[in-house]
Amino acid sequence: MQSRALEILVGFFVCIGVAAVFVLTFRVASQDHVGSGGIYEVTAKFDNIGALTRGAAVKMAGVKIGSVKGISIDPKTFQAVVAIDIDKTRNDIPLDSTAKIMTAGLLGEQYIGLEPGGDDQSLQNGSEIKFTQSAFILENIIGQLLVSMTQKGKDSDSPAPAPANAPAPAPAPATAPAAKAAPAK
Amino acid sequence: MSRNRSVLGDFLRGLGGATFFLITILRALPGALLRPRLILQQLYYVGVMSLIIIVISGTFVGWILALQGFRTLTTFGATSALGVFVAATVIREMAPVVTALLFAGRAGSALAAEIGLMKATDQLSGMEMMAVDPIKRVIAPRFIAVLISLPLLTAIFAVMAIGWAGGHLIGVDLLGVDQGTYWGQIHAQIKLHDVIESIIKSACFGVVIGWISVYQGYFAAPTSEGVSRATTSTVVMSSLTVVGLDFVLTAFMFR
Repeated sequence: MQSRALEILVGFFVCIGVAAVFVLTFRVASQDHVGSGGIYEVTAKFDNIGALTRGAAVKMAGVKIGSVKGISIDPKTFQAVVAIDIDKTRNDIPLDSTAKIMTAGLLGEQYIGLEPGGDDQSLQNGSEIKFTQSAFILENIIGQLLVSMTQKGKDSDSPAPAPANAPAPAPAPATAPAAKAAPAK
Repeated sequence: MSRNRSVLGDFLRGLGGATFFLITILRALPGALLRPRLILQQLYYVGVMSLIIIVISGTFVGWILALQGFRTLTTFGATSALGVFVAATVIREMAPVVTALLFAGRAGSALAAEIGLMKATDQLSGMEMMAVDPIKRVIAPRFIAVLISLPLLTAIFAVMAIGWAGGHLIGVDLLGVDQGTYWGQIHAQIKLHDVIESIIKSACFGVVIGWISVYQGYFAAPTSEGVSRATTSTVVMSSLTVVGLDFVLTAFMFR
């Protein structure tokens, strides 16, 4: 093996190896930051955030404009306080916009969808989104449905000592993906 | 009973010897780095020569995953998640593990056989007679070459499996998943730490495979039977260690 050819082949190998690492890093994996022009932070309080996690996307009309920076709990109202970083170029979002917790696709993660309001004032650093809608939790809905069904059965049938709350703890973890399946609309 | 004890004793002695050998190699690494030409040569034999098997296997793994994933996801009506199915499986598990297994079979066995034959034909003792340290001259460059090659080969495997020649070809061109959805789901779900985990895994596998193959070669019995046994046990031990270590690393980095 000529040493020049050897060097060229090894160089070629290292080049495509490094190129593959770069492709994986920059083309396949998503980066954590949004845009490049800085961010501003707003907060929103939810009764229940479902499976929302730190780093989840914040979208407006389906376009990603920010991400969830942190989640904590309000010690007085026991609501979840979600800190949201929004891309600074989107600085004209009306103050009375609604934040909803939604689910991306069938098996997707949960994200925050912003629906613009009509206020003249816009969200700024430190302002709070007043109107929020909690995550849609299928377990609760199924539980209520089952309770109402057993209640109906008790009214029409003989007064058997049917424990009305018995089927309530029904949804096993197996239904958890299904909970995400039905988007909260 | 006494037989059991001797098996255990042999195992512990082998492990201890291998550990001392690893320390010897690590001590020889700085000296070996001063001879880049030797490393370059080994990079060619270990890395470049493994390229074809890795590229072809990566492509086929991507095809298989796309077909299997599509079948399963169709029952949930979730074929839009095909891209992330392929990418997550490949990046987190398939690329490091399959590349390491193939690499152990392709390069690890060759290293063990080469070093074992060098020993059987007294080349290593000849070097020692000429005051050339065979650890620095023969073992360390091969070890370094394995260490450099395996992460690069893993990344190439992953790109082949996910990219347009692999999963994309079957998923998008054959099964009709939307191209934007394929990539969009991958971008949305695969994070940088997945890639970093994958590279950490393959680097660990590189250490293990390099260590086992040079150890088996260096301590092979200097007969044709000994060399053949060293080659076999290199592949067997490397493969078992890789899958076992993969479980440990996955559990360690699980979140």
